[in-house]
Amino acid sequence: MKRLIPLWITAIAGIVLIASYFVPYAQGLGELTSIWFDILAGFAFILGGGNLLKVHLKKVSDKAAGWGYSVILLASFLITLFVGLGKIGVHPSPDYPDNSWSGVYNEVGSPFWWLYEYAFKPLTATMFAMLAFYIASASFRAFRAKNVEAVLLLGTAFIILLGRTFAGVWLTSWLPESLSGLKIENLSVYIMQVFNTAGSRAIIIGIALGIASTSLKVILGVDRSYLGSARSEP
Amino acid sequence: MDRKTLIWTIVFLLAGAYLVLRSMTGGMARTYMKAVDFEFVNVAADGDEPEWIQAKPQVAADHDPNELANYPDENRQSWTRYESAPLKKYAKAVKEDPNQTTYLLSISRTIGVWLSAMFTLAIFSFLYKDSIFYKIAEAVVVGVSAAYWMVVAFWSTIVPNLIGKLSPAIVQAWAMPGLKEEQNLLYIVPLVLGAMLLWQLAPKGGWISRWPLAFFIGVFCGIRLTGYMHGDFLYQIGNSIIPLVVMVNGSFDFWGSLRAVLLVGGLLVCLVYFFFSFEHKGIVGKTAKVGIWVLMITFGAGFGYTVMGRIALLAIRLEFLFDDWLWLMDPTDKRLGM
Amino acid sequence: MNVAWAWTILVVVVGASLVVLVTRREQTYRALKDLDRRWIFLLMLLAVAIPILGELTFPEKPTGLAKAVFDEIEKLEPGDKVLMAWDYDPASEGELGPMATAFTYHCCKKGLKMYYMTIFSPVGPQMIEDAIEHVIKADFPHLEYGVDYVNLGYKSGYEGVIKVIVSNIRELYTTDHYGKSVQDIPMMRDVRNIQQMDLIINVSAGYAGLKEWVLFAATPYPDLTLVAGVTGVMAPQQYPYIPEQLRGLLGAIKGAAEYEKLVLDKYGDEDPDPKYLKGKQRMGPQLIAHMLIIVLIIVANFVYFAGKRRERA
Repeated sequence: MKRLIPLWITAIAGIVLIASYFVPYAQGLGELTSIWFDILAGFAFILGGGNLLKVHLKKVSDKAAGWGYSVILLASFLITLFVGLGKIGVHPSPDYPDNSWSGVYNEVGSPFWWLYEYAFKPLTATMFAMLAFYIASASFRAFRAKNVEAVLLLGTAFIILLGRTFAGVWLTSWLPESLSGLKIENLSVYIMQVFNTAGSRAIIIGIALGIASTSLKVILGVDRSYLGSARSEP
Repeated sequence: MDRKTLIWTIVFLLAGAYLVLRSMTGGMARTYMKAVDFEFVNVAADGDEPEWIQAKPQVAADHDPNELANYPDENRQSWTRYESAPLKKYAKAVKEDPNQTTYLLSISRTIGVWLSAMFTLAIFSFLYKDSIFYKIAEAVVVGVSAAYWMVVAFWSTIVPNLIGKLSPAIVQAWAMPGLKEEQNLLYIVPLVLGAMLLWQLAPKGGWISRWPLAFFIGVFCGIRLTGYMHGDFLYQIGNSIIPLVVMVNGSFDFWGSLRAVLLVGGLLVCLVYFFFSFEHKGIVGKTAKVGIWVLMITFGAGFGYTVMGRIALLAIRLEFLFDDWLWLMDPTDKRLGM
Repeated sequence: MNVAWAWTILVVVVGASLVVLVTRREQTYRALKDLDRRWIFLLMLLAVAIPILGELTFPEKPTGLAKAVFDEIEKLEPGDKVLMAWDYDPASEGELGPMATAFTYHCCKKGLKMYYMTIFSPVGPQMIEDAIEHVIKADFPHLEYGVDYVNLGYKSGYEGVIKVIVSNIRELYTTDHYGKSVQDIPMMRDVRNIQQMDLIINVSAGYAGLKEWVLFAATPYPDLTLVAGVTGVMAPQQYPYIPEQLRGLLGAIKGAAEYEKLVLDKYGDEDPDPKYLKGKQRMGPQLIAHMLIIVLIIVANFVYFAGKRRERA
């Protein structure tokens, strides 16, 4: 029973969405189901936060390795949550000046905005900025012109790297207009619009077929892996 | 202390001393703001629904400032909002009137810039080696972002789209007086599913969360099945059925035709490579080999573009350090003329 | 910094390296073979930092896809509705921020009605706020909120959001980002769904973003016109959609710089505000860093083949 009902829920939800695509009368039902899905996605964020809280509280109470960092994590989590949910330091909306809760949660100058501007933003942006260093290191370590395939990959990468900057324009600016197709910046455009389009199209066709078959298997109850192992049933 | 540690200690101390000196002399990181006063006056008669008219920062259209000035203090709501302002505006205001209070130095935002810089450097320190600074920054980013997402999901979806539908009156009275929705009890379904999803946090009854999960996956599969088949399968085949002989103004266009042939041919050979029902031998093997070449060109292009992206992400962080924190440059004229 | 100077420095560095390589072959090979990756990190840092500090810039030459994006916006008449789907966050702001700024500037100059929304990340509303604060409020103060532009904010649900708003925006967007009922927002009064939009401009950093707008909006509703600006990582995979499902595409910071030039050439002042030149500014470090990557790959291959030769010997 604990597995049968979820299987039916999946099947009905999936079929409603498919039907809403083909049958205009079912569009309203598809919309409603999608809105419920959107709300549930909101709950998923809350579940994520809750899980984080649970894991790190346990880590602190067990005094597991690195529990000090968990304390910092919990403190930053709880402070952000408190100032955000409580709209601390947020002024009322000019439309409703007598309602202190009517302001927007991320008002400029509020503590929640401050945490975004001076903690969230620099930290996430720098995490991704680190990838510039790693891609340089990977370029040095991983790319070897061992065979035809690798040469093609590297050659294309060079043309794109040059062609998408002024270096490409500068390097082949001496070519006459009749040979302008060989200018690096034009070569990079051809590569993108012909070979890259062909390759990427083949990949997305393959992925589309994979997604369609997986979705169908899930909706029809053939693939039940998302329900977890049957042996864990009490 | 070994020699290497000593050298690094001296380097860090010198850099620290330089930063302290520059910050003390006002040469970096300072952030300014503009105070904007808001004032609203309730012009409704006693016992009526309040009618708020803006008096500051500008008087609402069709209202006389003198008339609004006559209302008593209990009919007023006022506060000050602090907007970000560039140094050049602050400097101009101080020059004109040294006692002005509109443009101010923001202590909290200046501390914020310092904190941002420290966080940026803490993350970068991982490039040298894993350290306590990196671990602290990592813990902060996980904590802040998880809470940030929760808060936004709560105020942007849960409140207006769930509570606002189930009980509009509560939401209107509490946080969204502007909400104009009618009650819709069908929204009990996502409320129950949401509560069941959160049950996963409880020590027992984990199976309860399978119901909302099943719903989630069902909808996801339903949406994706049709979407991907339409846009990524049928449309892509349609987009590839193009004339291989291209004519422009009645004459044969060689380059256009070559391009079409390479595009369609490239797609077909790649698809042959992805076709695993046949063994890749003979003509199929050779075609698949060409398919691999086309894919390699695709991956090469992908690599080139990935490099592009990563560098721009590093550039913006260095711009922050050099511009907002160290004031070594001023590309956006924030401090022009200083 | 002068372009000729930059090239001179580059040629000197490469030349000196070649001389070292030829004269001290064995030592160079050993040093490079066991090179600590932190030296590569340092080189990358310098390759990006020096051009930023030197404010190195290069001329831009717009390519076809950037022109296609520009032309689609140019085709619109004042008062036409544009959905500004701002699907990015601070992690991709370096690439996408300049595009978002240029899109907003272009739409303001054209007098279009801008409907901002985001489905990518809960941080998306901050990106919208940036566009409103730095472009609309700063340079177009006559534009009125609710009449000329509106911030509909973030909704969770990824493509589930698009699935709803293509046929019914009111059921999901009951209020704007600031909690004001959409019924009280003049420019929302006659909007029932996004099929009424004259153009969708998407600035996308990943999932949910451009792919979802293509699959769930532009494909099932071919009358919807979509143009986009995306990160470098995403750009190559979007080409199969052009031009049928996607009319124009700005890829990475280069796309931003090209589009910026097109917009400023037509609408810019004599001396445009530097915030509208961010794409061009970031193309300076971009060029030097690209050269570094090419040099690193070539050097690494030299080490690899030299090693192979030694193994055979």
